[in-house]
Amino acid sequence: MGLEEFKGVFIFAQQVDGVLDGVAFELLGKGKDLAKDLNTDVTAVLVGSGIKGLADQLAEYGADKVIVVDDPELKEYRTEPYAHALASVINKYKPEIVLVGATAIGRDLGPTVSARVKTGLTADCTVLEIGDFPLNVSEGQEQSHNQLLMTRPAFGGNTIATIACPYNRPQMATVRPGVMQKIAPIAGAHANVEEFNPGFTPDNRYVEILNIVKAVKNTANIMDAKILVSGGRGVGSKENFKLLDDLAEVLGATVSCSRAVVENGWQPVDLQVGQTGKTVRPQIYFAIGISGAIQHVAGMEDSDLIVAINKDEDAPIFDVADYGLVGDLNKIVPALTAALKSEMGK
Amino acid sequence: MKIVVCIKQVPDTKGGVKFNPDGTLDRAAMLTIMNPDDKAGLEAALRLKEQYGAEVTVLTMGLPKADEVLREAMAMGADRGILVTDRVLGGADTWATSTTIAGAIRNLEYDLIITGRQAIDGDTAQVGPQIAEHLGLPVISYAQDIKIDGDSVIVQRQYEDRYHELKVKMPCLITALSELNQPRYMTPGGIFDAYEKEVTVWGRADLKDVDDSDLGLKGSPTKIAKASDKVRKGAGEKVVLDTDEAVAYLIGKFKEKHVI
Repeated sequence: MGLEEFKGVFIFAQQVDGVLDGVAFELLGKGKDLAKDLNTDVTAVLVGSGIKGLADQLAEYGADKVIVVDDPELKEYRTEPYAHALASVINKYKPEIVLVGATAIGRDLGPTVSARVKTGLTADCTVLEIGDFPLNVSEGQEQSHNQLLMTRPAFGGNTIATIACPYNRPQMATVRPGVMQKIAPIAGAHANVEEFNPGFTPDNRYVEILNIVKAVKNTANIMDAKILVSGGRGVGSKENFKLLDDLAEVLGATVSCSRAVVENGWQPVDLQVGQTGKTVRPQIYFAIGISGAIQHVAGMEDSDLIVAINKDEDAPIFDVADYGLVGDLNKIVPALTAALKSEMGK
Repeated sequence: MKIVVCIKQVPDTKGGVKFNPDGTLDRAAMLTIMNPDDKAGLEAALRLKEQYGAEVTVLTMGLPKADEVLREAMAMGADRGILVTDRVLGGADTWATSTTIAGAIRNLEYDLIITGRQAIDGDTAQVGPQIAEHLGLPVISYAQDIKIDGDSVIVQRQYEDRYHELKVKMPCLITALSELNQPRYMTPGGIFDAYEKEVTVWGRADLKDVDDSDLGLKGSPTKIAKASDKVRKGAGEKVVLDTDEAVAYLIGKFKEKHVI
């Protein structure tokens, strides 16, 4: 079958416990852009048990069509029935692009499905666009148009590579949550909903779920925060995060942290920003006592405004900061908190 | 019980990276380590060996110098090492890599295959699940705890806000998180023994049930269009001021930007 027979942009609309993951809306936002460039439409693939009702929400965030695979075997995420669902959708509907969130589910589902349908998969993309491959042609070389060009960081954020999948379809990519922009929801938007069930017969690859243990969560989602007050090793202790809590309170901000802080047990892992933590892009990011290792910077450099406070004048965080204050955070942070309090009280 | 652990020699990303003219990584030019998640996978296998008795085979694909990580693994306690190396395997993406490793594993007896979740050079987390797919095995990714229960494994599979305790009959493939454990050090005796032992070297001809068209750069569905050092946004202003002045400076900037 020719590559040109594959049409349309599909996104995997991840849901857990009947709640759509934010990354599904973000993928729809990006999927719409790509679909526009390709003069096609965007389809959400919704997989689960008793989840048909979520289709409307996907429509509001830009889905032209929703394919629902609903089966009792799909109640909880398990690699095999989910991979069978998505691979069957791909084989039946033949999309040219499939986007999956780079979540703990997507980074298991994506590779399994791509191997099953024999195509390439590019992980953790930060930029997706339509263009030519190769970018520049030498004499006698053929250039393919309307290719998905997938850009991603690699080697610990030291480099950036743009990847194409010119001779296989679909072109598959995973995207980390928080990287793409969702559209403002359009109330009452309607999508064409189609149900599809490829049949699910348990075999040796269906694992048994003995137990589900949910983490007790009382921490804020740092990816939703408009302002983040982020602390690093330089904060010095768990107790000293009080300084950051105070600043955050005045600004209505959320506290986050670097990897070193989590490793020291000062803050829980869900507050960690960076390559092994979360990607954030708030309006203001305070980097306090954070040296700015490349793995940290990779997770926050797209913030609108970056303020760094560090006593080491040569700390690499100053290379990405809009405003850098060289000095003792123990003095500057409380003084800043007090000054903001009086400014905002005016 | 027979356990195969897939490990990778990776550039120490703290040391900077170098490229070949075709945009692929110049691995020969960089300092290398055993990939951390893989090392946790190896440690998990060695603990299972101590607890239940097992033969642990470590397998890697890479340049001839990747022999070093196999020696390190054997010095930690692995029983034997297999190096898959061949010019025609170079430049492989995750599809071609997983096809190659699956082709090598088809020569082995195994109950359990353990890989790291992801390597610090590519960060894709794809090769483990793709090996399982090629071999038709169940896969459990992101393992934070592994136990054996008769002919099955019981694994805690980590997600962002929960974990699932999963049970599946062996053979199966598990991808390990570095949080799984604290890997042991090599012992002096182990190092000595490791350099006495033979490492098995396999090439293209030793891969079972694999097409040439699925190997190396040519067999990789994904192609690099361009690769470069990351261009970062330039530094802004950096000031060294007394505390009061520093605060006044920042408040001024915030007002300028209508932040407050």
